[in-house]
Amino acid sequence: MPAPDFVLNVVLSGILTGMVYGLMALGLSVIFGVMRVVNFAHGELTTLAMYATAVACEAFHADPFVTLVPVTLGFFGLGYLLQRLVINRFISRPEHTQLLLLVAIAIVLANVLLLVFGPDARSVQTDYQLDSIELGPLLVDSTRVYAAGTALVATLLLFAFFRGTMMGTAIRACADNQRGARVIGLHIEHLFAVTFGLGTACVAVAGSMLVLLFEVTPASGPAYTLLGFVIVVVGGLGSMTGALLGGVLIGVSESVAGMLVTPSAKSMISFALLILVLTFRPSGLLGARR
Amino acid sequence: MKPLLAPLAALVLLLLPLLANSYLLSIAIAVLYLAYLGQAWNVMMGFAGQLSLGHALYVGLGAYLAGGLFFHHGLGPWLGVWIAIAAALVVSVALGLLAFRFGISGVYFALLTIATAEFTRVGFDHLDWTGGPGGMFLKVENREHVDLLNLRGPPSLYYYTALTLCVGAAVLSRRLLRSRAGYYWQAIREDEPAAQSLGINTMRWKLLAIAISAALTAVGGVFHAFYFNSLFPEQIFSAGHSLEILLAPVVGGIGTLAGPLVGALVLTLLGEGSTELLSQLGWEAPGLKQVLYGLLLLATVWHLPRGIWPTLRSRLRPGEG
Repeated sequence: MPAPDFVLNVVLSGILTGMVYGLMALGLSVIFGVMRVVNFAHGELTTLAMYATAVACEAFHADPFVTLVPVTLGFFGLGYLLQRLVINRFISRPEHTQLLLLVAIAIVLANVLLLVFGPDARSVQTDYQLDSIELGPLLVDSTRVYAAGTALVATLLLFAFFRGTMMGTAIRACADNQRGARVIGLHIEHLFAVTFGLGTACVAVAGSMLVLLFEVTPASGPAYTLLGFVIVVVGGLGSMTGALLGGVLIGVSESVAGMLVTPSAKSMISFALLILVLTFRPSGLLGARR
Repeated sequence: MKPLLAPLAALVLLLLPLLANSYLLSIAIAVLYLAYLGQAWNVMMGFAGQLSLGHALYVGLGAYLAGGLFFHHGLGPWLGVWIAIAAALVVSVALGLLAFRFGISGVYFALLTIATAEFTRVGFDHLDWTGGPGGMFLKVENREHVDLLNLRGPPSLYYYTALTLCVGAAVLSRRLLRSRAGYYWQAIREDEPAAQSLGINTMRWKLLAIAISAALTAVGGVFHAFYFNSLFPEQIFSAGHSLEILLAPVVGGIGTLAGPLVGALVLTLLGEGSTELLSQLGWEAPGLKQVLYGLLLLATVWHLPRGIWPTLRSRLRPGEG
């Protein structure tokens, strides 16, 4: 059995990484919760955000916490247009057609990245990446703390938007009752596009942070898509708090699994968890029973 | 003219290895292999309406079991294929029981299939028997004379094997579609609660669909192992591979008999054509083929949601299907 200090460190780093995962998955959850669209290209969009951050940091010698702002705005626009011009046409189509549409988008995104950047891994170097913060007996990477803090702020902003603004309330109305929302005169196509934009903005913030923690290759997409699904399914598809808690849970279980078994096998735990939750509690650990 | 078309096509297909060079033959094998896997996937999604995004699982199982038995124990594919089929049946029925017992369908079922494939991928990466991420390589000692017993030999051997598989799968699909099971599947695909209310045991028939589809796919995996001779969990079980399997039937026409073949033909011609064109210009563009595949899939779901073949057929013979 490893020393308790070491275990605590591993758990803490899992919690911090999990908060970034949670934000990424939150995007997936919001998109599903409102439009009932399963965004199969979520991981590819995350990969795209990681590349965008890496390229922007290199080109302008900037910090990911600075490039975060333009990347997020750009991704909001990308998501808005994607929903407005493409996915809105598929809202009333059969489920599998929607899924195949997003599969197609995922294939195109991943391979355009391969075409442009080649198969090699990219990462972002900062001069504070080796710094760490001491908390009593604990020693945590400062990058991870900043990344988790940023993710938390973005998450809280999104919660505030949905709870506290007129538009957020209108979007929730669309999610609850699409026909009713249309009857009272809500512009559903626009609100859906804003929702998808917010989902991709979550991806952009999470991606900007993830590229500080992990390397990225054009083939990273499917793993992030699945990670997102594991988190939202565990937390309950469509539930916002569920996504955040699911993220932390998966973050911790991955880092503990990495410590107990080998790091390369850690994703097996997540997949096993997904299979178990899908089978026995399809509405998620926190969601209401179906 | 028309009654001559079918025998003529059959003759060309049979004599192709004599007419074509090795490059053309390899493309023909790629088309047939893709069409075969598509036909197998189609049984589950096209006939019974159960969307699998994890069919690479069964290709990988078939390839690794038959390939591994040959690699470690010199067991030929004719025995290995039965073990591959048995494994695919066990895994698919277990997965189906788990999913259908708890009423998992649609997107959730699709997620379950991917998660199982990914779980197996990471697992196979950590097994010694499979060689792990370093891969498993089957010995290629002879490329000249036909060794049917071990499925070793010149490309024409693989061509005829793929052709046989493809024709066999098409014939089986046709018979299935017109059997009692086929009609039950279509009822389940169109409206499961309605099918159930008519007294169809939907659980049993869905299990049959997933089992047949998985077994056929595993046979394709055995072919994969002996044709390509190198196996990596990273590739064979990957989500990308699962998507590649469903491209041909989706583009060609979900649920139709000719769809997978039409889709495989269009995809391969598009992919190989563009790669060849670029290499003539002196460019090398890894990923371009897949971008084109993705765009073709996008165009298909956008404009021809039923696929190329049903649209083509109704143009050719107005008034039919």
